[in-house]
Amino acid sequence: MSRTLLSGNEAVAQGAWAAGASVGAGYPGTPSTEALESFARKTGVYAEWAPNEKVALEVVSGASFGGARAIATMKHVGLNVAADPLFTLAYTGVGGGIVIFVADDPGMHSSQNEQDSRNYAAFARVPLLEPSDSQEALYFTKRAFEISEEFDIPVLVRSTVRLSHAKGLVETGERRVPERDEYQKDLGKWVMMPAMARCRRADLDRRVADLAAFGETTDLNSVEIRDRSVGIVCGGVVYEYVREALPEVSVLKLGMTFPLPPALVRSFAEQVDTVYTIEEADPYLDRQLRQLGIEPGTLDLPAAGELSPGAIRRAFGMAEPELREPEEGLPARPPMMCPGCPHRPVFATLRKLHAVVTGDIGCYTLGALPPLSAMDSCVCMGASLGMAHGMSLVGGAGEKRPVVGVIGDSTFAHSGVTGLMDMVYNGGNATVVILDNRITAMTGHQGNPINGVTLQNRTSRELELEPLVRALGVEHVRTVDPHEMASVEEALREAIDFDGVSVLITRAPCALLVREHPTPYAVDVDACTACGVCIRLGCPAISKADLSKADIDVSLCVGCGQCVQVCRYGAIVHTGPACDLGDV
Amino acid sequence: MSDVVTVMLAGVGGQGTILAADVLAKVAAAAGLDVKLSEVHGMAQRGGSVDTVVRFGERVYSPVTDPGMVDHLVSFEVIEAARRIHYVKPEGRLLVNSRTVQPMPVLIGDSPTPFGMEAVLADEGAVFIDADELACEAGSPKSANIVLMGALSFGLGFDETLWREVISARVPPKTVEANLRAFELGRQACERGECEL
Ligand SMILES: Cc1ncc(C[n+]2csc(CCOP(=O)(O)OP(=O)(O)O)c2C)c(N)n1
Repeated sequence: MSRTLLSGNEAVAQGAWAAGASVGAGYPGTPSTEALESFARKTGVYAEWAPNEKVALEVVSGASFGGARAIATMKHVGLNVAADPLFTLAYTGVGGGIVIFVADDPGMHSSQNEQDSRNYAAFARVPLLEPSDSQEALYFTKRAFEISEEFDIPVLVRSTVRLSHAKGLVETGERRVPERDEYQKDLGKWVMMPAMARCRRADLDRRVADLAAFGETTDLNSVEIRDRSVGIVCGGVVYEYVREALPEVSVLKLGMTFPLPPALVRSFAEQVDTVYTIEEADPYLDRQLRQLGIEPGTLDLPAAGELSPGAIRRAFGMAEPELREPEEGLPARPPMMCPGCPHRPVFATLRKLHAVVTGDIGCYTLGALPPLSAMDSCVCMGASLGMAHGMSLVGGAGEKRPVVGVIGDSTFAHSGVTGLMDMVYNGGNATVVILDNRITAMTGHQGNPINGVTLQNRTSRELELEPLVRALGVEHVRTVDPHEMASVEEALREAIDFDGVSVLITRAPCALLVREHPTPYAVDVDACTACGVCIRLGCPAISKADLSKADIDVSLCVGCGQCVQVCRYGAIVHTGPACDLGDV
Repeated sequence: MSDVVTVMLAGVGGQGTILAADVLAKVAAAAGLDVKLSEVHGMAQRGGSVDTVVRFGERVYSPVTDPGMVDHLVSFEVIEAARRIHYVKPEGRLLVNSRTVQPMPVLIGDSPTPFGMEAVLADEGAVFIDADELACEAGSPKSANIVLMGALSFGLGFDETLWREVISARVPPKTVEANLRAFELGRQACERGECEL
């Protein structure tokens, strides 16, 4: 049997496709993004990026009520946005199977928090499957659809970054599309008004009890008895770490971590001398074992961040490998805006104007880091606008400093529109900058409702921001090219001075979308006075050379000319290309 | 698990470590081995410090690794090699692209420029290869990642034709020739003894 190298995300897509899912909807977010991208490339499926995760889950619910199998994909914080439909979908149950794929980010490689999505399963009372590698990601996703229909409930499939972005060998298999039931009008099931919801609430408890009974015998859970002195309860990729670190111990591998099968867990605990739980993020399994009256042993493992085989070996007092001396004192290498990034001039200007900037999430969050240091807050997607309004209400920035909310195009579509609506509705006075770089850049260049590029390249249309913003009631709306720094400054000053809500749209494509580059620049060392203004743009191509004069790395420079505009000495001049090989 | 080989590819986001790791993993799979790969997407790809781990052998469990467990560290950049030196087993191999990309705190003068990194790495037994230069010679400055795979291949024992097949299938069609040349140049540099331990 030939096996393909698939990431966990690709395997989830393969599993959904094999299960006959015909609709997929999601919103990008690391580490979940490739699941829907991969699903969208398969034959016989419809897939879309929705403006946000709540809408995505609602699209999926509609498809399910209409009889089709459907999958929603999102990162952990996306499930917060989709939580509202989730909780009630547990009541209604499904038509065609619903799988919600959620990818967590322990260690916060690309996220603003480390929330453990497993808690949502217990909170909303929906089953939770946790595959441990790519092969299981495929199989569990397929099974998740069957469980969803058999038990009439949406199923969460949870991944973490080391499953989503790890690759392993997978046997793929065929697609089988199940027979579809016609939509049946059924007030008691689909319309959750109090009287009907009360009935479904009771029914939910029955379904969860049935699922717990199913968990006792399902092949998703497995007991591996080896040495009986130590028994580990775990799930997800942590299982792989345990097998690597402690090949001799007994393991209860839980593929379904909500609801837990009480008899299976108790019998495992009885077969071993000491039972331990090993898990990342929250003590989720630990708490559930305690509820069953089992007291797990304590281990010295980190309470936050990621685990690894080494951390587990250490917790069991095993010999440490011989180590080379680590190299201390190296400079950190934070991510940064690319050369030619259209966000850069906006932040350089905001810094110049001493604005207090309530920020948002995207590539532009990098504007918070030195040397730009021009963003004061970042909480969750869409927060910039509500926060700008709240801060200006209390005059929190002081008399002299303007409050500016800064938000990307995709983020504005995701959850910024309502914030702006609020500001106008309630007579606010903050300034808003929409950074329209024509793409959802941070997560790897997805289309969005603003640029009108759809996931499967279906025809759409661009959403014009200016009329939308005006329709919300904003009187002062201006659009500038962010690469023209003088216009950015003039337009920003004007917007700040305006009495009432003002919106400045800065529009230029993401630097990574620009294929043709003008000639790069170089520094005329005789003209350079080492004033440092260009350095403070934070362009990766510009550094301080000897005697603190500026130096431009021609291999990185894309010739955007931002630095030329800030240099008062005419010291930045044209030069030839670096590696003169033409288009390769 | 002692037969499992762990390779770490380190570099700066955007340097092509992910594609190189994918090629290596596919070569190992084509050779009939079990393989796992772990990479980092997202924020760090915007010029941050990145690494990708590829592990292959009879049966591989963990996709990630720990300090002191890496058999081959291939670094696309000098500072990133130094940052991960303690991951490499004492008897492990260190292959470093002789190129330094200064991080932002250095560019703007917030952190001192690290000096003598090459000497530190050489002391640790590192072998240097000018992958960017060889990539230009191969006809595509973007093929430095494949030059490094050529150099790595010399120490791994997989059949050269497997590498060529996987590279041809994996890189953009227009760049196949340049990438095969890049692989060859990297491998030859090692064959000539320029990257021996
Ligand atoms: C609720 C939620 N969903 C998804 C994400 C992941 N995410 C972070 S930034 C971003 C998109 C940013 O796009 P945009 O606002 O256009 O800014 P750009 O990166 O293009 O500068 C996404 C999808 C998140 N952090 N939170």
